[in-house]
This record gives sequence, C-alpha cells and structure tokens, in this order.
Amino acid sequence: MATGADALLPGILAITLLAAGLGLALALIARRVPARESKLVDDIDELLPQTQCAQCGFPGCRPYAEAIVSRGAAINLCPPGGETTVRRLAERLGRDVLPLEAAISPARQVAVIDESRCIGCLHCRKACPVDAIVGAFNYVHTVIEAECTGCELCIAPCPVDCIDLRPDK
Amino acid sequence: MTAPTYDLGSLHGGLRLDANKQSATASGLATMPVPDQIVLPLAQHAGDPADPMVGIGERVLKGQMIAAGAGALSAPVHASTSGRIVAVEPWPIARRHGEPGPCIVIESDGEDRGVAGSGDTIDYDALERKELIALLLEGGIVGLGGAAFPTAQKLSQARSAPIDMLILNGVECEPWISCDDMLMRERADRVVGGARILLAALAVDRCYIAVESDKPAALEKLADALGAVGDERLTLKQVPTIYPSGAEDQLVQLVTNREVPTGGLPTDAGCIVQNVGTAAAVYDWIHLREPLISRVTTVTGPGVKRPMNVVTRLGTTVADLVAYTGGYTDRARILVVGGSMTGRSMSTDRVPVVKASNCILVLDEPASRGPVLPCIRCGECAEVCPIQLLPQQLLWYGNADDETRLREYGLTDCIECGCCDLVCPSHIPLTSTFRFAKGRIRELEDEKARAERARRRFEARRDRLGREAKERTREIEQQKARAKSQGKDAIADIMRRKRGEPKDPER
Repeated sequence: MATGADALLPGILAITLLAAGLGLALALIARRVPARESKLVDDIDELLPQTQCAQCGFPGCRPYAEAIVSRGAAINLCPPGGETTVRRLAERLGRDVLPLEAAISPARQVAVIDESRCIGCLHCRKACPVDAIVGAFNYVHTVIEAECTGCELCIAPCPVDCIDLRPDK
Repeated sequence: MTAPTYDLGSLHGGLRLDANKQSATASGLATMPVPDQIVLPLAQHAGDPADPMVGIGERVLKGQMIAAGAGALSAPVHASTSGRIVAVEPWPIARRHGEPGPCIVIESDGEDRGVAGSGDTIDYDALERKELIALLLEGGIVGLGGAAFPTAQKLSQARSAPIDMLILNGVECEPWISCDDMLMRERADRVVGGARILLAALAVDRCYIAVESDKPAALEKLADALGAVGDERLTLKQVPTIYPSGAEDQLVQLVTNREVPTGGLPTDAGCIVQNVGTAAAVYDWIHLREPLISRVTTVTGPGVKRPMNVVTRLGTTVADLVAYTGGYTDRARILVVGGSMTGRSMSTDRVPVVKASNCILVLDEPASRGPVLPCIRCGECAEVCPIQLLPQQLLWYGNADDETRLREYGLTDCIECGCCDLVCPSHIPLTSTFRFAKGRIRELEDEKARAERARRRFEARRDRLGREAKERTREIEQQKARAKSQGKDAIADIMRRKRGEPKDPER
C-alpha cells in the first residue's frame, strides 16, 4: 500500500501546486482589474421598478441597488417589483430566488389629493421622491398623475389625511 | 372585357375560405332612411378622438363639421344629418367592443338639410398637392377598409418616401363581407374617379385596382368604367381568392412582388394602398361636396332575416340598421362588427355604425371545436402564416411571457389574420394569445418608459437636494466668518448707540 501512495504523491503535489498557483493568479487579477461595481449598480437599478417608495428600507431605487451590490442587502425587499423583479435580480446576481418579504399591491396606483381638504402645508410635496406634487404654501396642492409612482410616501406626512391612492386609469 | 391576371407576386400561406357572400349580394344596394337619432363617436379614426365643436342644444346641418381633428392621426367628424345636438356623452362604441366612449348625439329634425354652398365641384387639378391633401382631411376621409387611418396622413407619408404606385384595394377577402363588392358593382365610376383624384394627390402615374377573382360582376363594371374614362394610368388586376390577400402588406406583395420590410409600411415598398370605398368617398367629397357621412355596410349572417348591403348614415345604431333590413332571426346569438376573421364581437347592438364599420355580422351559436389540446408541433400554422412567422414558437414564448424572444420571433409583425387558429388540430386559440402578448409588450414598454422618467426625476431631485444642502452649509459658514471678523465692532456699535453716540466713523 505504501508504495501505491508514494506513486500517487507527485501527482497530488502537482495538482495542489497548480491549484494554488492558479488561485493566486486569479486573486491577483481580481485585485488588479478595477471592480466594475458601478456598472453592476446601474444594471441592478435598471431592474428595479423606479417607484422610489423606500419600502425596501433604503431611500430610493438607486440607493437600494447600491446596498445590494456593496452591502449585501437582500434581493426580496421590493414589493412594487414583485416576484418578477426578485427573479430577475437573482438571475443577474447569481443568488437564490427568495420569497417576497411583503405583500404586493397588484395594480398601478396614483395618489390623489382631495382639494377641498388640502390646507397647503407642503409636507407631502417635500416627501415626494419624484417631485410629482406641485403646490405653494397656503395654496392647494395637486399630484401630477403621469409622474406619480404610487409610492405612498406622501400619505403619512399629510396632517389632514387628504391623500388617497386610486388605481391608475 | 375581363381583367388579365399577370406577373403577380406570390403570397405565402393563406387559406381558401368558404365565402358566404351570395346572400347579401343577391339584392342591390339599399339606402336606409335617416333614423331619428344619430350617435357619432369622436374616435372614428386611428388617432386621438376629435375635439367637439358644438354645444348641447345647437342646431347643425348635414355635412357640418361638428368635431375637429386633434393631432396627426386624427380626422374631423361631420354631422350626418340636420338636427339638434342633444348630448355629448359616453355611448357604447364598436372599437371598444360595446363599452362606452365619447360621442355626439344628434336628434334628427327629419329635414336632412345640407350646409349652404355645398354642391360646387372642385377642380382638383388646379390645386397644389398640399392643398388637395388638406382638403381630403377636411372632408373627414379615412381608410374605409377597417383600420380607419386618416387618408390625408397616408398620402402625406408619400412625400417622405419615393412612391411609384397607388394600389386600390378591392380584394375584400373576408368571407362574409361584400360592401366593397357591391360598391364596385354599383358605383364603379366613383371608384375610378376617386382613384384619379388620389393619383393627383400623390403625383404618381400608376394605379392598380386589385379585385379578387371571385367578384366577376365587380370586375366587369370596373372594366366598363375604366373603358369609359380611358385613363392609361389605371389598370385592373385580378388577384387569386386567397385569404388574407386583402391585407395591406400582402396585397403589395401580391401585386408588385415587393415585400414590405418588417416594421415597415407599404411606402417602404414604393406603394400606397387605399380601399376602393375610400376612393369613392374621395370622389363624393371632391365632386359631390359631401364629406364622409355615410358608407356601404354589409348586414349579414344567419342571425339576420334579410342579408343585404345598405348605404348607411354614419351614427345609425346597429339596432336601427338591423331593424331596417328586417330584424334578427331566432338564431341570432353573437354580434360582430367587421368580418368573421378579424372583426370584434359586441356586447350590445346600441353601438353606432362608424367610418370603419364595413360589416355587421350576426352569427348563431358557434359550433364547438372541441377542447383545447397541447401543441403537437405539427407546423400547420407556420405553413399558412402569410407573414412566414412561426406561430408554434410564438405560442411557446407567449405562454412563458418571454418578451425578448417574442420580439425576436416577430410577434409585432403578426397581422392577427386568424389563419393559424383555423388549421390548428389542437384547437389552440393562437391569435388571441398573440393579441394578448402584444398588449403585454406594449404594457411593458409603457412601464419601462415610466420607470425611466421616475428614475430621472428621482435623480434630479437628489441632486437638487444635495445642492441646496451645500448652499445652506456655505451660507452658514459665511455668516459665522462674518460674525467672527465683525463681532467685536458690531457689539461696540450697539453699545455706542445705546449711549446715544454716533457710529464709529472708521467703519
């Protein structure tokens, strides 16, 4: 038996050395070639629905994309994107498909301000991530429907509760 | 004189369908009297709905423009009889399968008075091409073959591409429809006259009038009309009776042997295709000064008592029209506007006849084709597809919602002719799958465009907030610096003022 092991030794050594050498080379190359993180962030951002709703816990789609790439954030935090987005993210990143964290709202929605109740306080305008609310202090505000992403961020800040979400026409 | 068939291109696939045209062509064209109420949809053409120009209670005359075209693909709408506007409101319309759309409702005064000044013929040869095209738009003329594309817009396309041929489409390959057939039989002179006006508007000197070989009477009448006019530029062409030879791109291929490229228009093959009905409408507008306020509509199918072709005022409801022809039979179950292959089924017969309504088809219960079975990949559908697509692959990718592959396999080129449905041994509803998939692709495109806009707005806002924050910091820094450098002096100033002394003259 001993002679058999002796005969195998050179082979084992050769393979081990080869593996170690290649591993080292790859590690060096990886360090030399600049990480193309920003490209990856762009790609991930492209896959997100751009609702800018911050339901993922990050302040918008781009920040979420950055968090996924550089801080290893989970890929199943985007309710508006739904399962399709989780699937696409998993595909792009080579990660496992995870079930969605929260329930999704199926149809596209837009915010509508009840103009008879609006007091013109600007709170909602400041909360809107895509500047889709127009209005001046003490004047009635309104939502630019075409630009609204239905992110719901304007609803909580309203002191008179005059904003509703309605299905988009 | 019979029309020769010669140097025709070939059509891939297609089907020989059993025609059901005799019942409606047995009697001549009937003209329906003006009904008590006229309902004119604002969207009778491809583009955006026209803008109403009249108010409720206003009196209008026959041929008066009551809604103006809005945008390039839009066309004006004219009152089809005289009377009073009683409503501008949603009403069931055919293009939405009987769901409501904006309409102008006119209560007829029974006098049918036309607008003053109508009746003078226009010398179109004296007009600039541009003026002639604008005039056609003013007449509300749109393609009467079914798509209702504004004719003026189509003719203007010709100016941006080299066109050498006008093709008049009198093929009418749908198995139930015969309105163009009857029009050619009874008003061949107007079709030919309209063709000459269109040639003037296009400034080309070749026109083929294409008619399917199963319409010998129409061919004969057209040949007579052509003989009477003696215009060398016009040629009659007989095309084989194969569905869908009347589809625009297919007809171009058949008549000229030029292929319309994918995503392209007939203009890319040097042709403009117009329906024979459109040509007659052009004649009526230029020579008889009547805008597009009536059309020939086929009323047919096992569900109507007396199938026939009727000259109908636009805005007549299907219910009124069918009642005029003799009413429904006991077998009437399904109402289709358009043909059996490409028409739309309606939820109500309150929909009015519009510019695009070539046929009112009332069918009985459809014979059950059996359950839908899995695709066995026999390839029959690919054999008959006139676009040479691979419906079996499209079905596969359509079910998988694979947008990229659907595009690669040319889904957007599908003309929804329904040939694949008819030959599928597994009874798979291919065409409706494709229609749905096309809608999905459009939806995805919209979503993508919207997401892109939201992204830009989000980034613009982020940059703006960053800029504002930076400016604020800078301002605070400046104030701090000011306070530091002037602080002591400022306090000394205040103290001096308190004591009633003048300001330090140094500063």
